[in-house]
Amino acid sequence: MKEYIDTGKKDTRSGFGAGLAELGNSNPKVVALTADLKGSLKMDQFAAEHPDRFFEVGIAEANMVGMAAGMAIAGYIPFIGTFANFATARVMDQIRQSVCYSKTNVKIAASHAGITLGEDGATHQTLEDIGIMRMLPEMVVINPCDYNQTKAATLAAAAWNGPVYLRFGRPGVPNFTPADAAFEIGKAIKLNDGRDVSIFATGHLVWEAIQAAKELEAQGISVDLIDIATIKPLDREAVIASARKTGRVVVAEEHLIAGGLGEVIAGVLAASCPTPMRFVAIDDQFGQSGKPAELMAAYGLDARHIVEAALSLR
Amino acid sequence: MDYTLPQIASQVRRDIVRMVTAAASGHPGGSLSATDFLTYLFFKEMNVTPETWRRSGEGLDQFFLSAGHISPVLYSLLARRGYFPVEELATFRRFGTRLQGHPSIERGLPGVNQAAGSLGQGLSVAIGAALAKRMSGDPHTVYVLIGDGESEEGQIWEAAMSAAHYKVDNLLAMTDWNHQQIDGTTEDVAGLGDLYSKWSAFGWTVLEGDGHNFASIEGTFKAAREKLGQGKPVMILWHTEMGHGVDFMAGTCKWHGKNPSVEQCAEAMKQLEETMGDFAL
Repeated sequence: MKEYIDTGKKDTRSGFGAGLAELGNSNPKVVALTADLKGSLKMDQFAAEHPDRFFEVGIAEANMVGMAAGMAIAGYIPFIGTFANFATARVMDQIRQSVCYSKTNVKIAASHAGITLGEDGATHQTLEDIGIMRMLPEMVVINPCDYNQTKAATLAAAAWNGPVYLRFGRPGVPNFTPADAAFEIGKAIKLNDGRDVSIFATGHLVWEAIQAAKELEAQGISVDLIDIATIKPLDREAVIASARKTGRVVVAEEHLIAGGLGEVIAGVLAASCPTPMRFVAIDDQFGQSGKPAELMAAYGLDARHIVEAALSLR
Repeated sequence: MDYTLPQIASQVRRDIVRMVTAAASGHPGGSLSATDFLTYLFFKEMNVTPETWRRSGEGLDQFFLSAGHISPVLYSLLARRGYFPVEELATFRRFGTRLQGHPSIERGLPGVNQAAGSLGQGLSVAIGAALAKRMSGDPHTVYVLIGDGESEEGQIWEAAMSAAHYKVDNLLAMTDWNHQQIDGTTEDVAGLGDLYSKWSAFGWTVLEGDGHNFASIEGTFKAAREKLGQGKPVMILWHTEMGHGVDFMAGTCKWHGKNPSVEQCAEAMKQLEETMGDFAL
């Protein structure tokens, strides 16, 4: 098992803020908008350095999406930042018509996704956003796993011509991917080469999957571990090749089963190589207040549950 | 040959009625109420031509139609202005057409820069485009048309607040105030109320004009242009009549989204002079 070192906990949203700040200096076409969540989205540096390209639109997300579309038509590259719920469910129709159907080059930066939002509870714990966004034609869906990868994905999103949904979280999580790795949209990232079981993980669950893989390897089970940072377009070849090799698949994500990465992979495998699967995700319910770690454990989203899922496939 | 604005408008109204009749669907009512002031906008007001038009609007005046269901009037005006062949109007709503039921950019129809149809979104898009012009130092104007019924959407008022907050004074918005929507009058359905007071209270400069009188249309546009660049967005409320120009369609919500029969179309044609030549069906 390859070794991954936690270089210190950092929140993924700060990776977005760092990427946006870098883009502000490297690309004069990049603009940023927020709906009263500049600080939460870590857009402060960009806003301070480029006040002429930063727009605080207030608590009016629908208008923010439209404004970004108008700027994109004119050739700018807008990043709109808010919490994942307000970036998706609240404005799905605006994203559908003004962004996706109109092919406007808008980047949606969605923070505080998933149950690890914690104490704010279910109104803000967005567990449907991947499903909502991946249903839309034209939309790219990226769910990076740590600070470094989020920063790299932010740079890649700006270079991509078309709508992108970038999902990140609130709490600090282990930062372990290389700081200098370029992010390739649509490319799965192999974290460990194994024979017995495939684990596909995305977002915060990637670190948990690494811990699970260590435990499984200690038990003599060889794990093919893959970070699916881009959920759409999915790296189908990588998924199929791994499933063919191992014949057993676990998918882990901080999302509902409905609409999530597990369903995406199940759909691909059902058509290409039907494979027994387990889904480490939340099944058809809302979250609740609590600390991120205790919620992850309570809702079955930690390393222990990934191990159990893998063992149940033997 | 040069046509007068009333001649162009008459032909556009013929196009609208013939298009929805041929397609056996579409939205003639609001198309007919918006015909006159949009004819002026496309033929006299905006600094953009079929030759110079590009989707980005860079270095040009730019128009956004937010109430996408009145696509027949937009398509007819674009065709009559020379953006694409008039004969293409015959493909309206047909499979494979660039003239989708509601405007789309998917097939690259010249003159269309944004999809519209789901209501309430175009004003926000226009604000973004106007702010982009400000960022780029482009002195041109962004025009946008919303419906009065459309103004029941919450996003319109998010945008209204935002445009004033950002002092988007290169934006000239227009409301087609025909007082009708699908289910009845705007008063009966939703209590739309006094749009003049509402837009004024949101911090806009508001003008009113007779949307069917070309002298009033010209004067109102000129007055509106003088209000641009003064730190406030500008709204023109066009007083219009749904279905204007065809007696049995006028002043009622009945023809919001309903096509006439072939016989009714023939009756309408008797009321509208053919000036520029009908497209072939």
